[in-house]
Amino acid sequence: SSRHDKRTRLATPALHKIRNFPTCAATPARSLLVPRSPSSPRSGSLGTKTMLGRTLREVSAALKHGQITPTELCQKCLSLIKKTKFLNAYITVSEEVALKQAEESEKRYKKGHSLGDLDGIPIAVKDNFSTSGIETTCASNMLKGYVPPYNATVVQKLLDQGALLIGKTNLDEFAMGSGSTDGVFGPVKNPWSYSKQYKEKRKQKHQAENEDSNWVITGGSSGGSAAAVSAFTCFAALGSDTGGSTRNPAAHCGLVGLKPSYGLVSRHGLIPLVNSMDVPGILTRCVDDAAIVLGVLAGHDPKDSTTIQDPIKPFILPNLTNVSKLCIGIPKEYLAPELSSEVRSLWSKAADLFESQGARVIEVSLPHTSYSIVCYHVLCTSEVASNMARFDGLEYGHRCDIDVSTEAMYAATRREGFNDVVRGRILSGNFFLLKENYENYFVKAQKVRRLIANDFMNVFNSGVDVLLTPTTLSEAVPYMEFIKEDNRTRSAQDDIFTQAVNMAGLPAVNVPMALSSQGLPIGLQFIGRAFCDQQLLTVAKWFEKQVQFPVIQLQELTDDYSSIFENEKLASSCIIRNQNNFMLYSVHSLITSELVDSIETLIIT
Amino acid sequence: MLVLVCPQVLNRRCVEAAVMTGLALNCRINKRSLFDRKHYFYADLPAGYQITQQRVPIAVDGSLAYSVCVGAKQSGVITKTVKIKQIQLEQDSGKSLHDDLRAQTLIDLNRAGVGLLEVVLEPDMSCGEEAAAAVRELQLILQALGTSQANMAEGQLRVDANISVHHPGEPLGVRTEVKNLNSAKFLAKAIDYEIQRQINELMNGGEVLNETRSFDYKLGLQRFMPEPNLPPLLLYDSASLPASADPQQVINIDRIREQLPELPSVTREKLIQQYGMLPEHSFALLNEVGLLEFFQNVIKETRAEPRMVTSWVLNTFLGSLKQRNLAVSESPITPSALAELLDLLDGKAISSAAARQVFEELWQSEGKTPAQIVSEKQLELMQDREALEQLCRATLEAHPHTVMDVKKGNPRAVNKLIGLARKATLNRADPRLIKEILEKQLSS
Repeated sequence: SSRHDKRTRLATPALHKIRNFPTCAATPARSLLVPRSPSSPRSGSLGTKTMLGRTLREVSAALKHGQITPTELCQKCLSLIKKTKFLNAYITVSEEVALKQAEESEKRYKKGHSLGDLDGIPIAVKDNFSTSGIETTCASNMLKGYVPPYNATVVQKLLDQGALLIGKTNLDEFAMGSGSTDGVFGPVKNPWSYSKQYKEKRKQKHQAENEDSNWVITGGSSGGSAAAVSAFTCFAALGSDTGGSTRNPAAHCGLVGLKPSYGLVSRHGLIPLVNSMDVPGILTRCVDDAAIVLGVLAGHDPKDSTTIQDPIKPFILPNLTNVSKLCIGIPKEYLAPELSSEVRSLWSKAADLFESQGARVIEVSLPHTSYSIVCYHVLCTSEVASNMARFDGLEYGHRCDIDVSTEAMYAATRREGFNDVVRGRILSGNFFLLKENYENYFVKAQKVRRLIANDFMNVFNSGVDVLLTPTTLSEAVPYMEFIKEDNRTRSAQDDIFTQAVNMAGLPAVNVPMALSSQGLPIGLQFIGRAFCDQQLLTVAKWFEKQVQFPVIQLQELTDDYSSIFENEKLASSCIIRNQNNFMLYSVHSLITSELVDSIETLIIT
Repeated sequence: MLVLVCPQVLNRRCVEAAVMTGLALNCRINKRSLFDRKHYFYADLPAGYQITQQRVPIAVDGSLAYSVCVGAKQSGVITKTVKIKQIQLEQDSGKSLHDDLRAQTLIDLNRAGVGLLEVVLEPDMSCGEEAAAAVRELQLILQALGTSQANMAEGQLRVDANISVHHPGEPLGVRTEVKNLNSAKFLAKAIDYEIQRQINELMNGGEVLNETRSFDYKLGLQRFMPEPNLPPLLLYDSASLPASADPQQVINIDRIREQLPELPSVTREKLIQQYGMLPEHSFALLNEVGLLEFFQNVIKETRAEPRMVTSWVLNTFLGSLKQRNLAVSESPITPSALAELLDLLDGKAISSAAARQVFEELWQSEGKTPAQIVSEKQLELMQDREALEQLCRATLEAHPHTVMDVKKGNPRAVNKLIGLARKATLNRADPRLIKEILEKQLSS
């Protein structure tokens, strides 16, 4: 068509424009979307080496075409897990299980009937999902050594698709935290701490610093899953999201972090934090990957009464070419005073981007936002107190040696089994549930929760399709900085933009947008209508395509990474991988429609 | 270590049983009911809380009609009604076994999580006997519905009794609770004992303390919260049932109502109407598992009068079972055998004494029919009047002293002669006929 032609013509100059930004060291534009020919030699390790950075669909195609075998892929991931052990992303690496699954997958591929897009693909699972025969600890002394006899429904669904369960990832104890710093197995380190991007910025600013103390947190509580995906040790990971536990580490680790609608994905086998808010989350390197995994996980589970009965269609995301029919809401209450100027500026640029592409971008109000975090605190701790009641030393998990009385045994067991954070939440939750406090706290919080949910409903009923907000106040902070405040303070700060969504049961996704001046990822959050996950992801995919978030540069960490990036692209939808953050460097040159057009055109080409 | 399973889902059969029980107890079924968690520090529930229905239970505002026997020989029957506050669905807890000697508690979790129906009665009963009768009726209803086998000794039906005393016209007194009563008989005893104890306490100037003070203390620590894993339970009737609803996913109250079996009160009324039975007999027939069915099978096969069948089933048959500690289902005597025996008796082929003898024989000689036993033992009734007259005359001649007594006006002497004459017939004569012949011979 003529429109197509016009775009093609625009392509080259626009590309130059990106390249010519002052400090921008551009990625060499390589041949993109060139399918590897099935006949190309797969000899040596070239095939395996270049696989890890691919999208799910690409690696799945490579498996189908025999360019790599599931076993090779699995071994490659396992080797990378070993080399990045210092990240502390994994609590358990299920090497044997994964290799055995890979072997079976290989047989299927040889016979020509793979089970689907995930067959033979290594996936990690947060260590609060029950996994049959594999220890499930919740990063707590209480559950150390606990080996479930069954798989969580989401785990089973992944395995039924042939996915390889490569390991169980680290988290804050019982998923209570926003740093992945408060688990019994120690903190998770953000792979971006070791990226070229971060190190260079760091060197410029703090030359005398000891590199070892510079590492930044992943965010949490699904930090292990985020680090695992971010460091290319697996293709996707399950997190859980109660108040932001998937989106927060996704934002800090430069990943797509999806919290599906409450009720879309089964919680059966997810060791509960807050039943009425918990949702299995999905961490991937691009939106399409998240959609594929969601398609596998979504649907009614007879073992979870809170899952919807409606049949689920696969989540196939169209390539939006036109956003002019979209209405994007910008909730004014999310302009928190603590919001870093960088995040604020990116948020505003993102809004401008939509507007410049013809979308209607309007300011909206969610008037009860300021009560949200307190309300969340009451409801969360109350359910925590309830859910943790089962860990009394008798039925599950750890039991202390004290046996002078049942009460003494309970007390000592729980003191030894839980960390301060968990015990603190249990204590406050039980306080809120006391008969004399119930009305004043729990019931009131429930009413506020309803008001918060109504706020969202009103906005969506007024014609807004998707809300655009920050995911976090700022980029990830160094661990030494993070632990200066206690877990409760940190959670209150870090969940500020994310937990209201959980109380309303809505789908939300973090999409990484750009790097901060520190060289660390910043993501934005899109919030959709309940059960309109597909629409939400479609918008997220469009945005992802526009912003061209840079690939993490880990070459210095181990040689393996050089091969990942060499001759490699990372997401089919992200054609240009600009190592630098063009958005930040183009402060005065807003993304023009011309530029955006050019990016799209490249994709069409 | 147990398996961590969360969340849990509702068992459809439990909901159906609750609806059925609610309907049988004249309750209003809540089309929307809610589940709550009740937390307490006791290790008899693996989750650390019990799922129950504290706020909105599945059924409310019902009634249970029951009857108590009155009169000197407990022959009269009065029907009373106790209001039902609510019926709620719960999870059963585990069973704690306290070993005081070793100072340890063992917990049997086998029944933990099993569906439990709690029926809450209003304080409408005034003595142990009434409570026992009400519980007994409830038990029969649950058994008829198939909701529960309701065996108290096995804990399938458990009763907690709250007891208080007060003067007429005054508000209810301070109550105490007696828990874990495992038979209706003990329930009645415990209640009456507690009533007397409270009265004595108050008469002596004391006061009734809430005996389960620890229970009150526990109440303070009991914390409730809506159960987040179970959405509100929605029930439908034929009018409100959405057309698109998957029958596997919804429960139609009207369908359950249609499927309600006959309740014991209706069965008893039918017995009274159909067979002219005394009310207390209708109770007795229903009180023993399987006895009604046995009775009905006998009635079907015999020509004997229902009154006679009732008497034989309730007195002779049930008495023999009790003596041998057997259940109806364990009886070696089949309904057909008893029917045949009653036919022989009804047709005057044998005397009732002979019938009882045959009945006893039936316990010993399985497989033999009553007719076979009658013929083997030569128990047929002597119908030959001449032969009987001869025997009677011989009896009179052999016992002149007794005859003298009769003539002196001693009425017991006649009975003695009747007995002697019957003995001479080897119990094969109708005693009324013997009496008639003897009286005739004595007066001639």
